[in-house]
Amino acid sequence: MAKKILEIHDLKREFLMGAEIVRALKGVSFSVEEGEFVTIMGASGSGKTTLLNILGCLDKPTEGTYLLDNVDIKELSRNELAQLRNRKIGFVFQAYNLLARTSAKENVELPLLYNSSISTTQRHQMAMKALEAVRLSDRLDHLPNQLSGGQQQRVAIARALVNEPVMILADEATGNLDSRTSYEIMALFQELNKQGRTIVFVTHEPDIASFSSRTIMLKDGKVIKDYRNENVRSAKEVLSSLPVTEDY
Amino acid sequence: MKIFNLIRIALRALQRNKLRAFLTMLGIIIGVGAVIAMVAIGQGSKKSIQDQLSSMGSNMITIRPNANVTAGGGARVDASTANLQTLTLDDIKAIQTQAQYVSDVSPAVQGRGQAINGSLNWPTSIQGVSPDFLSIRNWPLKEGVAFGSEDVKGATKVCLLGQTVVDNVFEQGDDPVGKIIRFNKIPFKVIGVLATKGENAFGQDQDDIILAPFTTVQKRILAIPYIQTIYASSSSSETSEAATNELSQILRASHKLTNNQQDDFLVRTQAELISTFSSTSQLLTVLLAAIAGISLLVGGIGIMNIMYVSVTERTKEIGLRMSIGARGVDILMQFLIEAIMISITGGILGVILGLLASKLINVFLSWPTLVSEPSIVLSFVVCAITGIFFGYYPAQKASQLDPIEALRYE
Repeated sequence: MAKKILEIHDLKREFLMGAEIVRALKGVSFSVEEGEFVTIMGASGSGKTTLLNILGCLDKPTEGTYLLDNVDIKELSRNELAQLRNRKIGFVFQAYNLLARTSAKENVELPLLYNSSISTTQRHQMAMKALEAVRLSDRLDHLPNQLSGGQQQRVAIARALVNEPVMILADEATGNLDSRTSYEIMALFQELNKQGRTIVFVTHEPDIASFSSRTIMLKDGKVIKDYRNENVRSAKEVLSSLPVTEDY
Repeated sequence: MKIFNLIRIALRALQRNKLRAFLTMLGIIIGVGAVIAMVAIGQGSKKSIQDQLSSMGSNMITIRPNANVTAGGGARVDASTANLQTLTLDDIKAIQTQAQYVSDVSPAVQGRGQAINGSLNWPTSIQGVSPDFLSIRNWPLKEGVAFGSEDVKGATKVCLLGQTVVDNVFEQGDDPVGKIIRFNKIPFKVIGVLATKGENAFGQDQDDIILAPFTTVQKRILAIPYIQTIYASSSSSETSEAATNELSQILRASHKLTNNQQDDFLVRTQAELISTFSSTSQLLTVLLAAIAGISLLVGGIGIMNIMYVSVTERTKEIGLRMSIGARGVDILMQFLIEAIMISITGGILGVILGLLASKLINVFLSWPTLVSEPSIVLSFVVCAITGIFFGYYPAQKASQLDPIEALRYE
């Protein structure tokens, strides 16, 4: 049996909004094994952002347990959580969140700067490797504003890959892109998944979910569906079947 | 994170906002520059006053009759001629025979009048002294010879002229030595010219003077038997205080003053005068430095202000850095180092500005300036501390942001 990357059990998260208690998560349990490509789906207000924050170790659950790579995050301090994010998680955001006026290579190197066990030479090598993986080796010195949206997101994915995380956590990573570029990005995710990367992808588009191997549906803070996708679409095939537009 | 990377990140952040970084620095630049220039002015004037005062003879002790003698019951007696006649030749003799710490002593009487040489005349003053006076005042002759004790004994009509008098009663190129001039109609033979001394600390021309034996001035010009002033010099500057005390004792004994009577004379040393002036210019330096220090404080507040703006502006960047593994302390250091870079760069530029300003003030306003190394070191250290102090709070604020909130900040 494959190794469990993350395991959550009866996860609850409550917020105090004025005098009212808002229960964003009402007991969520599931686990993700190594090499899975999971999409977490749900409408707004379903609790998926809260769940994402907890999975990303940015927030702690009110109740329940969360084991990431067999580490219980409840026990960890703010600094230890930061270190965990640095070593075990790669974030990909909807708005790319690249540092402006900073080259692609330096953006990719950023997580390694917060890991003092990595030397400068190692850092350069790892950044190059990550950029090769997203096929942007020829854009090293480009600044974010010199790159297209798809290229920026690929830089962001390279940044998520660079520290060899146990899990890539994507938050609506295709939300800001047109459908063609979205498929390109999904093709990249599928490729990375084939290489053995565990990916957790939060989205509200069923179209995107069809590229993953498993989908977890959230509604009102609870899991309403958790199913294996028997018929995984290949983003590459979809891409090639798209009509060639005048731009190309 | 390694310190080298932190500095690189800080430099990059400053590069992105060059003008803003410079404007923020400007407060520090002006502050440090002002501290250095102001202290240089203060120190310069202090030194020039000290130099001028010691040109008057640094071991000189002056004794004058005390004009305000308080009588037995404490009632104040007005200064009258009677009171001003307390110093006599007997006092001089007593000092000469008894004093151990006094090397030279000279009586002095002074009168104003007109110096006349042919058609040229000049209002000046004549000072009757003994030959010792020249060594007390540390005053060499430019040409000719000084008068001796025989001249004093015989009350001969010889004199030494100050350069200003020479310039005004002799044609240019005329050799005054050996000539006869008249002072208040009395003819004096010029036997020497005094070296130029320039202005004293009070702005008086020290060269506008005629020196003659005191007996001559007493008898021929003033017609008085007493002495107006006694000049003495201590054997060295260390014994100045001992000499002062000794002189007081001798004079009290000589004047037969009882224990409950106050001194009817006043002993002043040059050292006292120097310390009075020094403390005045010290105060000036402190005041100038305080003003400059305030501008440094304002500069520091400027840094704090801009760092707060910078933190708010870069909230999203902070969120991102935290989400990919930056700890609070990493963020704190990032902003703190940025603040320190601003203040230290400002400090370096400020030192340059201060040195330049001191030089320019010296050249164009001809004010004496003296740049002191401690002021450079001090303002530089204050600068670094300013950066840390005023940079800490914004950096602290940044480090305590909630990554989730910060990431979502627009």
